[in-house]
Amino acid sequence: MVQASSVEIRGVNKFYGPFQALKDIDMSIAPGKVTCLIGPSGSGKSTLLRCINFLEEYDSGEVRIDGQLIGYEAPGRKMSARKLRAMRRSIGMVFQQFNLWPHMTAIQNVTEGLVRVRGMKKPEAEARAAEALNKVGLGDKMGNHPSRLSGGQQQRVAIARAIAMEPRLMLFDEPTSALDPELVGEVLTVMKTLAAEGMTMVVVTHEMGFAAHVADQVAFMEKGELVGMDIPDRILHQPEDPRIQGFLRSYHERNSF
Amino acid sequence: MFSIPTFLDSFGPLFWAARYTLLVSGLGIALGLVIGALICAARLSGVAFLRTFAALWVSFLRGVPLLVQLLLVYFLLPVIGIDVPALVAAVVTVGICASAYISEIWRGAIGALPRGQTEAARAIGMGPGDVWTRIVLPQAVTMSLPALINELILLVKASSLVSVVGIMEITRASQAQAATTFRPMEVYLAAACIYLMINLCLAALGRYLEHRMAV
Repeated sequence: MVQASSVEIRGVNKFYGPFQALKDIDMSIAPGKVTCLIGPSGSGKSTLLRCINFLEEYDSGEVRIDGQLIGYEAPGRKMSARKLRAMRRSIGMVFQQFNLWPHMTAIQNVTEGLVRVRGMKKPEAEARAAEALNKVGLGDKMGNHPSRLSGGQQQRVAIARAIAMEPRLMLFDEPTSALDPELVGEVLTVMKTLAAEGMTMVVVTHEMGFAAHVADQVAFMEKGELVGMDIPDRILHQPEDPRIQGFLRSYHERNSF
Repeated sequence: MFSIPTFLDSFGPLFWAARYTLLVSGLGIALGLVIGALICAARLSGVAFLRTFAALWVSFLRGVPLLVQLLLVYFLLPVIGIDVPALVAAVVTVGICASAYISEIWRGAIGALPRGQTEAARAIGMGPGDVWTRIVLPQAVTMSLPALINELILLVKASSLVSVVGIMEITRASQAQAATTFRPMEVYLAAACIYLMINLCLAALGRYLEHRMAV
């Protein structure tokens, strides 16, 4: 079992010029719980996710990891870069486009952070990296460069890169959206394993099956607003809000045959 | 009539003169890489003054012909009381001129890196120094390699211009040779062959490096 973080989001707003990408978002995520963010594209799901590790700077409100405010010392006063980096060490992130470093092999991608950020010695880092790669089922691909791996394998290396750092919270930004359909399963399987180990996970996804079966809560966003958040069944099968009903109707129309 | 003996005899002195061509272009590119890196860093920095300085540097040096720059430096330095050998002045001028192009090559390569590359590094808590030396620069150098080899080849040819400040490189030496033999066609054809040989070697080196660095 991993030591898992809680996330508290209070009144978060985010503007791009005059455009408001996030409108007064409140959200609580208990340690060890899986939260899926769903909604149409442009609804602010990814922006909200990226505010949690402050890759996206929210303008007002609070995001707290285990009670500690991230990005700001106090409202309006930015946190030092060093302190922000220290907080990010225990938050793993997985991107839609994998973002592996192409000039490094799979195992080098994983050891890089261990050596540079955690200050580990190389042999120790390599042992840890090998363990992480074995865990995602890529023990035999450690020496491959990303260009020699399939999309699903690349995304699993990216997950290994994150979990090797021993995060207490994992953020997934549409982790399967760039994958060919037949490669989605292998990535979701790894994510399910993580969830079962008690990792706190926030997942932006269009995989309704994953949301239905793995998530503890599902949040539906539209136009920068959090429209509803509840257990999966209530959001996905008995939604009351017409916006959620409309979204799911069009989802089912696209995915039925 | 084309005199084959004159053509062949020209190679000896011109090969000897090629050392200056290689010296000026070699040191020129080395200096250009260093200054180019600094100018590129200034251009991408958060300091407005540095950004403006770098932008002016690039537009002046790209906008004025190298020949004019060489003449300016050659005649200007004595006026302001700086006495340096012509060779040093030539190398520095060529290097500074190259730095303008090289800084733009690197700026382009860095700009072409997907944003996700640095985001992934920042997301695991990597500091700015490591992000640059471990993630950005290795990729930017690889990406910019074809353009840098191209620049080096241009520089070998541009080094013919330093003949105007009296450096006995291939072009100047062939002018002298042509004047003494009264056989300009043979001599210049030999000069052309030597330039071509040098640049074919550089192109081959470029292909080798690209192949080695490809992932």
